[in-house]
Amino acid sequence: MLLKIEKRAEYSRVMVYLTPIIALALTVLSSVILFELLGVNPVEALFQFFVAPLDTKYEFSELFVKATPLMLCAIGLSVGFRANVWNIGAEGQLTMGAIVGSSLFIYFPETESVFLLPAMIIMGAIGGAAWAGIPAFLKTRFNANEILTSLMLVYVAILFLSVLVHGPWRDPQGFNFPESQTFSDSADMPILLSGTRLHFGTLLAFLAVLGAWMMMARTLIGFQVKVIGEAPRAGGYAGFSQKKIVWFTLLFGGALAGVAGLSEVSGPIDQVLPSISPGYGFTAIIVAFLGRLHPVGIFFASLLMALTYLGGETAQINLGLPVAVTGVFQGMVLFFLLASDVLVHYRFRLNTARKVAP
Amino acid sequence: MKLKHISSLFGAAAIAAGMLMGSAASAEDKIGFIYVGPVGDHGWTYRHDVGRQAVQKEFGDKVKTTFVESVKEGPDSERVIRQMAADGHKLIFTTSFGFMNPTLKVAKQFPDVKFEHATGYKRADNVSTYSSRFYEGRYVVGKIAGKMTKSNVIGYVGSFPIPEVVRGINAMTLAARSVNPNVTVKVAWVSTWYDPGKEGDAAKALIDQGADVILQHTDSPAPLQVAESRGVWAVGQASDMSKFAPKAQLTAIVDNWDGYYVARTKAVLDGTWKSEDTWGGLKSGMVELAPYNSAIPADVVALAEETRKGIEDGSIVPFAGPFNKQDGSVGAAAGEALDDGVLLGMNWYVEGVEGQLPK
Repeated sequence: MLLKIEKRAEYSRVMVYLTPIIALALTVLSSVILFELLGVNPVEALFQFFVAPLDTKYEFSELFVKATPLMLCAIGLSVGFRANVWNIGAEGQLTMGAIVGSSLFIYFPETESVFLLPAMIIMGAIGGAAWAGIPAFLKTRFNANEILTSLMLVYVAILFLSVLVHGPWRDPQGFNFPESQTFSDSADMPILLSGTRLHFGTLLAFLAVLGAWMMMARTLIGFQVKVIGEAPRAGGYAGFSQKKIVWFTLLFGGALAGVAGLSEVSGPIDQVLPSISPGYGFTAIIVAFLGRLHPVGIFFASLLMALTYLGGETAQINLGLPVAVTGVFQGMVLFFLLASDVLVHYRFRLNTARKVAP
Repeated sequence: MKLKHISSLFGAAAIAAGMLMGSAASAEDKIGFIYVGPVGDHGWTYRHDVGRQAVQKEFGDKVKTTFVESVKEGPDSERVIRQMAADGHKLIFTTSFGFMNPTLKVAKQFPDVKFEHATGYKRADNVSTYSSRFYEGRYVVGKIAGKMTKSNVIGYVGSFPIPEVVRGINAMTLAARSVNPNVTVKVAWVSTWYDPGKEGDAAKALIDQGADVILQHTDSPAPLQVAESRGVWAVGQASDMSKFAPKAQLTAIVDNWDGYYVARTKAVLDGTWKSEDTWGGLKSGMVELAPYNSAIPADVVALAEETRKGIEDGSIVPFAGPFNKQDGSVGAAAGEALDDGVLLGMNWYVEGVEGQLPK
């Protein structure tokens, strides 16, 4: 290799805070070229992507509706990633949380108890955590790679949902279409702002951000997670149990993903469908890294991610841009953000070391 | 490379913003379309977009058609529908079954906007539903498939086991067995409307199990391409897919929404729009057949044409008895035919289909 990447011994604090701005500038520059090539006015296009989606109270609230599941999943994943526990299966844990949580409504649809929704949220968390418990068990007992096991379980969960919705959970009045009946008021997430879809789940996401922040900064378990992640052997000497951290981070991430799934079905979806997430659990992995695995960073990263989705839709309606351009644009935003992040912490050097002749 | 817009960068952003606000004030009426797949799927969504273009062509400057493609069924669709409604669209077509409840929710908040939902069953004062009797086309295709198969095994790539898809499988099977009682039908479910990889794999698996005619109720041309390369017959879905499989495609069941979309747009412009349920078939032109493959013998073409005309004039009814269900019980007795209510909730196979219907 002519070039090699090496970690900077010292990195600039200033640059850490400047990177988002540099990345944004680079995105704007290259998107001007992209939109020029497509024959679209770049000023108008950027306006449609970043400003138009936020110009009414309703649209502003939609940003949070879209960001909620991303935020919940990404917060859960980030704690595991800090400890080098690579849970890739948040999508499956989200699905399982939605299934287990909504089972309460499906089997007791007449219930009007005020405890129904809280019970559903708790069941959602348990469902997600239990699903993440499988990779935790396999990892601690058999040393099975959690990247593979958690990922494979995504497909199991999605197919299990499909079996339920195509079969026993179908709406009896629904002409055999694969949909459950719509949730009753007591199973619905309360709306926080009338006239919008902003729901209680968003509040849960904020709580998760605050809770994770406190946990990582102030508690022993947060400290253990960080130590095991950065210096596993040091953690071992300090008597921290690697297995305990694997269990804790997976269950924690699974529970939050489960809550995300439940707040989708009992929030904006309002019924159980064969597909309840357009891949939030996977997108959350990007969000977690975009937010530098820090709760506050994740808060903003999930809002940014949500904005690119909303902006993409606005651009399609108002400018007639194809959906593929939205994807390219999202890709550019993420590429520049993550690339400038890498360059702050690492540098490229010409590989000057010569090969020694044999 | 076009660089004329670069200059606009140097213009004040305020001008651009002002221009944007101003553009909403023009006199044309906006008609919106929401698609579940990409407009380039060559199937379902593509045909809806052809319908949109027909509206644009018919009314010219009087309307402005807009669309959003690849909208996920679920919460995203509600946002997109609402955004269109809030944006001043007069009429919005939501073209996938999964958009049903979101369409109704938004319709409640925008009583002055008209909505048209494809393939659903819930209506409201400002929500119509429309669909096609695709099964009529499949009945014609079934006659051809029954005659063309040598192995007596017909393969069927299914999307989801919902009544619309099951109806198509059953109609095709009844027709195929009416001309060739030895036919059995194998179904492979792929749990997606559009995934060329999965659809192609399903077609391969069906051919490996002996099928020499491949039908599909999914939206990409992948199964036809597999059929072309493996030298078996296939039937196109939603649009004429012969350019993907010039040798293999026997014919295709073509959706034609043009007339409906133009008529409904006209009704909105005239102020005569009413909420109704439309279920058109071969007769109304909502379902068409692509040109028959020249390799089909003349007597089979004649049989297909006779069937098509019979369905159009009502002398042939696809779900007329006598026939049995897969479990041997009576599907419809001699002299009877299934009514629309039964067809809309169909969740059983007819005799001749192999395997269990996923429940």
